[in-house]
Amino acid sequence: MDLRTLTYIVVGASFALYLGIAFWARAGSTSEFYVAGGGIHPVANGMATGADWMSAASFISMAGLIAYNGYGASLFLMGWTGGYVLLAMLLAPYLRKFGKFTVPEFIGDRYYSNTARVVAVVCLILASITYVIGQMKGVGVAFSRFLEVDYDTGLYIGMAMVFFYATLGGMKGITYTQIAQYVILIFAYTIPAMFISMNLTGNPLPQLGLGSTMADGSGMTLLAKLNLVVTELGFKEYTTSTIAGRFDMAVYTMSLMIGTAGLPHVIVRFFTVTKVADARSSAGWALVFIAILYTTAPAVGAMARLNLHATIQTGEVGSPEGNLAYENRPQWFKNWEKTGLLQFEDKNGDGRIQYYNDKNPEMVAKAESYGWKGNEMVKVDRDIIVLANPEIAKLPNWVIALVAAGGLAAALSTAAGLLLAISSAISHDLMKGIFMPNISDKFELNAGRVAMAVAIMCAGYLGLNPPGFAAGTVAIAFGLAGASIFPALMMGIFFKRMNKEGVIAGMIAGIAVTMLYVFQHKGIFFVKGTEFLGDLGPNWFLGIQPNAFGTIGAIVNFTVAMIVMKMTPECPPHIQDLVESIRTPRGAGAATGH
Amino acid sequence: MDKSGEAYWRATLGLLTPILVVWFIVSFGFGIILQPMLDGIMLGGYPLGFWFAQQGSIYIFVALIFFYAKKMGQIDREHDVHED
Repeated sequence: MDLRTLTYIVVGASFALYLGIAFWARAGSTSEFYVAGGGIHPVANGMATGADWMSAASFISMAGLIAYNGYGASLFLMGWTGGYVLLAMLLAPYLRKFGKFTVPEFIGDRYYSNTARVVAVVCLILASITYVIGQMKGVGVAFSRFLEVDYDTGLYIGMAMVFFYATLGGMKGITYTQIAQYVILIFAYTIPAMFISMNLTGNPLPQLGLGSTMADGSGMTLLAKLNLVVTELGFKEYTTSTIAGRFDMAVYTMSLMIGTAGLPHVIVRFFTVTKVADARSSAGWALVFIAILYTTAPAVGAMARLNLHATIQTGEVGSPEGNLAYENRPQWFKNWEKTGLLQFEDKNGDGRIQYYNDKNPEMVAKAESYGWKGNEMVKVDRDIIVLANPEIAKLPNWVIALVAAGGLAAALSTAAGLLLAISSAISHDLMKGIFMPNISDKFELNAGRVAMAVAIMCAGYLGLNPPGFAAGTVAIAFGLAGASIFPALMMGIFFKRMNKEGVIAGMIAGIAVTMLYVFQHKGIFFVKGTEFLGDLGPNWFLGIQPNAFGTIGAIVNFTVAMIVMKMTPECPPHIQDLVESIRTPRGAGAATGH
Repeated sequence: MDKSGEAYWRATLGLLTPILVVWFIVSFGFGIILQPMLDGIMLGGYPLGFWFAQQGSIYIFVALIFFYAKKMGQIDREHDVHED
């Protein structure tokens, strides 16, 4: 059976499964719509959290980032997992005990202020919208490559899918579909990795293969071999090079960690379990399921990089026969050239492909002596690393079809979670909470569905007309959440005396500082030409790149909140009592909206 | 806060602090700041600092959460604030 038919069957079957689950898990009340009725088992919730969390960025882009940045990309690995330790210990159990539907609702009640609640809604929407654009783009790309429909059509199909199961089932439908999506995406990710690890090192476990000796008889370890291959071509050493220095790496890691703990679509998943104790262990299970992919990704990145260079640099560097002749390029090379994600340009006209670092002066000198006239792989999109991996490793067609279904599962599951967070902020926090407090449960449920439909259309529109910054947006979403929501929640639980004035000023200051820093280097609302400082290392504050600035935003948030708190009336006693009751687990009922 | 509530919260913070210290040491310490030094030591085919940054810290994060969940369960029961 040809690849295209097979891909249609596998992706079609996975979609039929999601629709079946959606029909079976329809939401009948607001409790089911917002928190799946509150009776999800901690392991099941952990699995759903894994799919909710692992987006197109984790599934498609992360291994590519690792392949090209080596050690420096560890910040994504540590940042996107270490946040769960903070979430499990500082937020999840206490927010579960509080027992309401949304994150802004906690902020509004804890800080006895509708203003605080509205500020939280604005922060939530800014962070979630930034994040959802990347998912819609992931859906479009996966469709256009694997199903050979165009990007726009792919996006419409994706929107229709999410629309159907998210509006029908709310959190309940999303939870059960996410469990199915986790299973699909984890198989799709680990199976090719195991084959490749087996081929290169003889060890089928990628986590061990990455630390093993090569199976080619050279006696070298895989990482030593990779260091040798990349440095010979003038690239930075794989196991030691950082992206923008060690200080930036630490700040960036912290930004991703606190962003992870502060993203509302992840936090609300912990409102769906029965008990406080379940919220704690469920965070552990979530990280187990996430760690399966996150400890495999470094192996996928390193092995793909090695395979890619081995394909192109077939012989010794510098020998006339050492490079792959263009006409002998493998089929996957041709497939990906069609998508424009891979581009070759024969600069020295020898009919062979030279792929090296022509930004490195030492290498340029050497390359000239070989008769090379610049790097000829003018485009190697890093997203290819995962998507083309099974083809590069010559795996059977069903594995390729599975990767397509896995990429779509990752993007759809995260998009659904984000859209639910956005729509519940609108229907529950703004409508029911502030503007129309007297609406019935039934009316609110339908309002939630309408808000969801509108959110999907907005996300789809932004996916069709990406504002030009879509690629770098995911990391910024973490910065925004980490600088605004995380500090507000943490102070709400750990600083009993924090008052509304302090937290409102803190959230506004934190998110404003982060956004201004991003705008100053990347343009106001990302419009090119409006940036007043170039996006270059020397212009960065302490060498911190804009994507990493959430940490500084969070520090500003905490500091401003503390200062304002000292200057304004004390937090009332009944709120301090509320904080004390949140801190003890006993008496956690099911989450309610009242 | 009454006496027992205070003792419970002290016990909770007493558990959180060492866990956060370990959390910080394995990631920011071993994985980032001390990576160049640790890379001199090999763990199989992995330089140790690189291993902490791309594998080890993640395993330890998982262990920390389960350790926390278990210990918190014990603290809840000792202070009689556990559920059901």
